[in-house]
Amino acid sequence: MIPKDGASAPLLAIEDLAVSFGTESGRVSVLDGVNLSIFPGQAVGLVGESGSGKSVTAMSVMRLLPSPPSRVDRGRILFRGQDLLALPAGKMRAMRGDRIGMIFQEPMTSLNPTFTVGFQIAEALALHGKARGVAAHERAGALLERVGVGPAARRLRQYPHELSGGLRQRVMMAIALACDPDLLIADEPTTALDVTIQAQILDLIARLRAEFGMSVLLITHDLGVVAEVCDLVAVMYAGRIVEQASAARLFAAPRHPYTLGLMESAPKLGQRVKELPTIPGMVPPPGKRGPGCGFVGRCGRALARCAAEPPPLAPVGGPVGSSASPGHEAACWNPVP
Amino acid sequence: MTALLAVRGLKTHFRARDGAGIVRAVDGVSFTLDAGSTLGIVGESGCGKSTLARSVLRLIEPSSGEITFDGEDVRALSARRLAALRRHMQIVFQDPYASLDPRQSIGAILAEPLEIHRIGDRASRHARVLEVLGLVGLDAEAVGKFPHEFSGGQRQRIGIARAIALSPRLIVADEPVSALDVSIQSQILNLLVSLRERLGLSYLFISHDLAVVEHISDWVLVMYLGRIVESGPVEAIYARPSHPYTQALIAAIPQSGPRRQAAQSVLAGDVPDPEHPPAGCPFHPRCPKAMPRCTSEFPDERAASSPAHRVSCHLY
Repeated sequence: MIPKDGASAPLLAIEDLAVSFGTESGRVSVLDGVNLSIFPGQAVGLVGESGSGKSVTAMSVMRLLPSPPSRVDRGRILFRGQDLLALPAGKMRAMRGDRIGMIFQEPMTSLNPTFTVGFQIAEALALHGKARGVAAHERAGALLERVGVGPAARRLRQYPHELSGGLRQRVMMAIALACDPDLLIADEPTTALDVTIQAQILDLIARLRAEFGMSVLLITHDLGVVAEVCDLVAVMYAGRIVEQASAARLFAAPRHPYTLGLMESAPKLGQRVKELPTIPGMVPPPGKRGPGCGFVGRCGRALARCAAEPPPLAPVGGPVGSSASPGHEAACWNPVP
Repeated sequence: MTALLAVRGLKTHFRARDGAGIVRAVDGVSFTLDAGSTLGIVGESGCGKSTLARSVLRLIEPSSGEITFDGEDVRALSARRLAALRRHMQIVFQDPYASLDPRQSIGAILAEPLEIHRIGDRASRHARVLEVLGLVGLDAEAVGKFPHEFSGGQRQRIGIARAIALSPRLIVADEPVSALDVSIQSQILNLLVSLRERLGLSYLFISHDLAVVEHISDWVLVMYLGRIVESGPVEAIYARPSHPYTQALIAAIPQSGPRRQAAQSVLAGDVPDPEHPPAGCPFHPRCPKAMPRCTSEFPDERAASSPAHRVSCHLY
């Protein structure tokens, strides 16, 4: 994707990543050639519906997919130039939670219910050799204050069940940020939260990104959430990235028919319509995808070529009559004009 | 227009988990729903919207208040008469995975309400099953299949087919599209709107999603901690939100257009514990416009932008 301020090398570069899962009926392709780059300081949104492969992409970066049944069939995941897929397990463990932090949708399942909040943050610091004992406990308190969970003295002694959903997600943030990571991967971090709490967490992610100077990979099904936080957006469908562009550009002029359909089908505040535009049908499950574009069965713009040949992600210009938009790419044989 | 459903001063209280206190899940709610229209109830988790919906159907017994459905006093009905009345009041749930029996075929699931209410014979029930499948946009071959063979959106269509099988007049829809992907959500919303028109249905539509509620509703109630803080015609609520809570809810929705301006529109704090609600207006600890009297005195309902647009707030 577009380098920010001309920065040279991407922090994270996913190159032609293909992942499949073994099932009762044979191997099924889940990711089919995903390319995605994140430059230092950038916030990139990965958007898609259930089954698009967005979480599998995130889990692949962290190497948290169980194998078997999952298998990386091809591709590389370069983090500061180093292929994570080639790292020994011990080195990868050191990377996780240190250089790459992660938060998930449901903080209750990622926090250990039997330990205090303070213990769990201090553990993350100790595990990566940042601080131990009293020093770790003090840093845990400082982290809690930074993510807006105060007063730290009381919160450190509390257990996850004593906190609300929003506070638990803030504690997850404190753990993810404990080692001052270069990259934060946030997988549907606000999906389980109420809308006023979601707004708080999105603001927090934006503020901490600036404070810690880290890059963010935000995975979500919600285009509105992406618009709040991200500089760049990649849209996934059926195991491939079908469009990517700057957030402003994508919302102003989507070129892939799926992106446009997704934007149009959500009801928008203040714009009542009698009938909502819809995308007919549903996402083809893995294993039921044809050789061509994954969206062909639901697409109103499909050509004969679309069913036979997968379109590559390629630069697309602006609308007719406007100047070309650099960095805007779509995988479509017949893009929206 | 005559009211199909009228609710007056409805309260549903529960014993708190510790056994000592009382949770006022629904605490004095009044509204009317006209035949053929949709009343949207919006609020965050714990505001009591689902308890309210279930209390109206007496799936949860209310503690006090009046419920009148089509002229009948619902709270005074015997269990037997209530069962008969439920033919006209059906419910659609959020989770189409949990609300369909995985061991029953779709044909059996859809025929069950007809059997319970002893409607028709085997042949006419089968014909009705095929008819409602068609109404919700599913093929007749679905009859012999089981819930696991369908996607989430299709299962929600089955849930809707089951609800309309008895030709009800009212459908309570409790977060019916919240578990669905955006592209499927719009299909189901369009289906609900078209069924309302074709079958003359009325909806009590519960959702946390303000955009969805705006799309489908004629009238909107905003709930906070068991109370209605604002109500009125949908246009008034969204064009001139009056309660600071409604304003904050609308401001908090992430928009895929231009970015929300400043961080000051973000509401601080959490929804209070319903077992220990704040005194006075329950919203005052989070309210950017709270005044001293808000901490002690619950505001009466008063007119906002029009006589029909009501708000419970000391600012007005």
